[in-house]
Amino acid sequence: MARHKVAAVLPEEPVRKECSTTELRYDLPRKGEGSLYQSDVVVIGGGNAALCAALSARESGASVTVLESAPQAFRGGNSRHTRNMRCMHPAPTDVLTDSYPEEEYFLDLMRVTSGDTNQQLARMLIRESPRAHAWMRTNGVRFQRALGGTLQLGRTNAFFLGGGKALLNAYYAAARARGIQVVYNAEVTGLCVPPREFVTGAVCVAGNATEFRAKAVVVASGGFESNFEWLQEAWGEAAQNFLVRGTPYNQGKLLRLLLESGARPVGDPKQCHAVAIDGRAPRYDGGIVTRLDCIPLGIVVNREGRRFYDEGEDLWPKRYAIWGRLVAQQPGQIAWAIIDSKVLGKFMPSVFPPVSGQTIGELAEALGLPRAALEHTVAGFNQSVTPGSFNPEALDDCGTTGLSPPKSHWAQRIDTPPFFGYPLRPGITFTYLGVEVNERAQVRLADGNYSPRILAAGEIMAGNILGKGYLAGLGMTIGTVFGRIAGLEAARAAN
Amino acid sequence: MPQTDSAAEGARILTICNACRYCEGYCAVFPAMEHRRAFAGADLNFLANLCHNCAECYYACQYAPPHAFAVNVPRVLAEIRAQSYRQYAWSNGRYTAGVFALGAVLAFVFARSAGPRFYDVIPHAFMVAVFGTISGFVLAALAIGAIRSAKEFGVRWDTKALARAAADVLTLEYLRSGGAGCTYPTERHSGARRWFHHCTFYGFLLCFASTTVAALYHYGLGRLAPYPYTSLPVLLGTFGGVGLLVGPAGLYWLKRRRDPATADANQNSMDLTFLSLLFATSLTGLLLLVLRASSGMAPMLLIHLALVAALFATLPYGKFVHGIYRSLALLRYALEQRGGR
Repeated sequence: MARHKVAAVLPEEPVRKECSTTELRYDLPRKGEGSLYQSDVVVIGGGNAALCAALSARESGASVTVLESAPQAFRGGNSRHTRNMRCMHPAPTDVLTDSYPEEEYFLDLMRVTSGDTNQQLARMLIRESPRAHAWMRTNGVRFQRALGGTLQLGRTNAFFLGGGKALLNAYYAAARARGIQVVYNAEVTGLCVPPREFVTGAVCVAGNATEFRAKAVVVASGGFESNFEWLQEAWGEAAQNFLVRGTPYNQGKLLRLLLESGARPVGDPKQCHAVAIDGRAPRYDGGIVTRLDCIPLGIVVNREGRRFYDEGEDLWPKRYAIWGRLVAQQPGQIAWAIIDSKVLGKFMPSVFPPVSGQTIGELAEALGLPRAALEHTVAGFNQSVTPGSFNPEALDDCGTTGLSPPKSHWAQRIDTPPFFGYPLRPGITFTYLGVEVNERAQVRLADGNYSPRILAAGEIMAGNILGKGYLAGLGMTIGTVFGRIAGLEAARAAN
Repeated sequence: MPQTDSAAEGARILTICNACRYCEGYCAVFPAMEHRRAFAGADLNFLANLCHNCAECYYACQYAPPHAFAVNVPRVLAEIRAQSYRQYAWSNGRYTAGVFALGAVLAFVFARSAGPRFYDVIPHAFMVAVFGTISGFVLAALAIGAIRSAKEFGVRWDTKALARAAADVLTLEYLRSGGAGCTYPTERHSGARRWFHHCTFYGFLLCFASTTVAALYHYGLGRLAPYPYTSLPVLLGTFGGVGLLVGPAGLYWLKRRRDPATADANQNSMDLTFLSLLFATSLTGLLLLVLRASSGMAPMLLIHLALVAALFATLPYGKFVHGIYRSLALLRYALEQRGGR
């Protein structure tokens, strides 16, 4: 196979390059179709990890270009929808209460992943998190003051003032002030890594094909959760009924490019993190406001009007992440949460008003559910409720007897009209599949070596640490810590 | 309050905000919103008047246009705020205000005579009669608006809440944004608006203090104007006057450059009228000080008094009222924070 030489003059026709084991394929653009982007470091992606990498590489003296596939208004990938980062701290700070030691952080991670984590990388991540936090502040990120326990995660997670988009605004402002070139609507379609000196790639900027060249590339372009074709490979036809909670721009193109070129995969390729969200949410970008927290306060039925899982199995923060998959397994990938007036107002308000009915039968008709079946389900549930003292804050003694599946806690008769229903659909947050990296954020290529000039940060490598499960705010910690490392290593490789 | 398009849009947007809550660290509006589940009428007016229109939440919003949810809190609250001004104002007084302003100008023109001192041009008693009448009307109209809004917000006497609200008003706490300054006129944080507002507000107070001290001199000490340059009324008036030149000019300059996305363009004329009157009143006042020993004194005095009359008569129907309603909303917020709901 011929080694690719960096083209000083672009060829007349698109060329499918044959690549050696350390090369990644791409189609070169036609001659004269736009300019060549060239800098020491090119960062692919525009979210938290990408911007951390860009700022960090610039700090180390490299010239930097950021290629963001989204338009400016929707820049930032899923970081737009985030709110906090998980941060180790030995003592209370202005934005974190109490303490969160390394060991507890590590055990939390081991628990949620069932050990599916690279322990060496995980330890490094945890130890770096306080330094990352301090670095963020020097780059203009502001945090919300610790609110003394009103926020459930106030001990373990530092909250960005204004949320993830405000954080991104700060980073983009810093990038601009430091002379980092940001190109929007720039979709990278190919990468080529010759053995020495340069990485080149094909990029389509607002529809015009062109090329970029860099001494090192940071790939921070997220997962593939917005790519329905890819989701369908894992989930079949059911995937068409999923909703994507975040950006439509995480198409996983760079992930696929790297994997097809032989980069070593990590993380479960068939899994995604999904929660049950309001079925009326838009297909993309519904974000936080579409979540529904009423499941433990009522019952959940499928389109046949039947219950299918214990709604009160455990405290909601420990269970909400399983409901995406549960709903995905139901016919039509849809379900309905049914509550009565007693509990309205006892959960976080959501963006869409519930559907209501004066009787269960009326509600069933309004929801388009089989009337007799829902009446039967609710009557059966009501009969099996055992009396107890209702307490939504703890595992109370309100359960059911002789019901299958049971409702273990917070079971109250659904008997106070009007009755309400919310449609539920699986809402995908992120995918686990990624590329293997080492502690220097270098991507492991087909030959088994870690490439000094292809670095990865953020969701595309999060599977190294979060092989499965979910830990709130960990994604932003991974993005920040590995973004900084990737930027530093890229600048070093460029030197 | 009638259900208007803005009110419906405000309810729609705040329902989204209440399900999100990412902005709760920015200002008083969001914690106040979290106490509520429905947004209509009095609650909407309260939240609208609590908003300082700093636009931080707009730039931080993951749902801001072009997102399909099209959340734009500063603009919709500005629209609702403008409606609330009309709702609270003593509407019949609007014409009276016009008549007073015009009447005062004509009265001064016809009453003028010649002479080297202020009171030769316009007799003191005449001046007092005209401004006394206008002030009586203005105070009554402002009081009506204040009482109506206070009733709707549900405020009551509470010393600690009052102290907290007063501090928020006097320091413009919610234009500080934790020291970074607010995102006005553009996305970049800047303290400019807060300082120009301070110049305007404290300039206005200094001018008011100047007039009060002068009245004490006149009635208490029998000392008649004009006073020396180094006298207290002139010093207060000069500093206040400079503040009222710098402040309104700066606020106007910022307003010209502001991001149109977060503004309610219908309020431009109201804002501009108030800023222009403040600026012109101050400018003519300072010119009068310079020209008071010359032949230019008489015409400048007439112009200045006419502008002061116009400024005062229009106070209850212009931008000035935002200070009253914002202060009362901050008081209500302080009461809620103290558990007084």
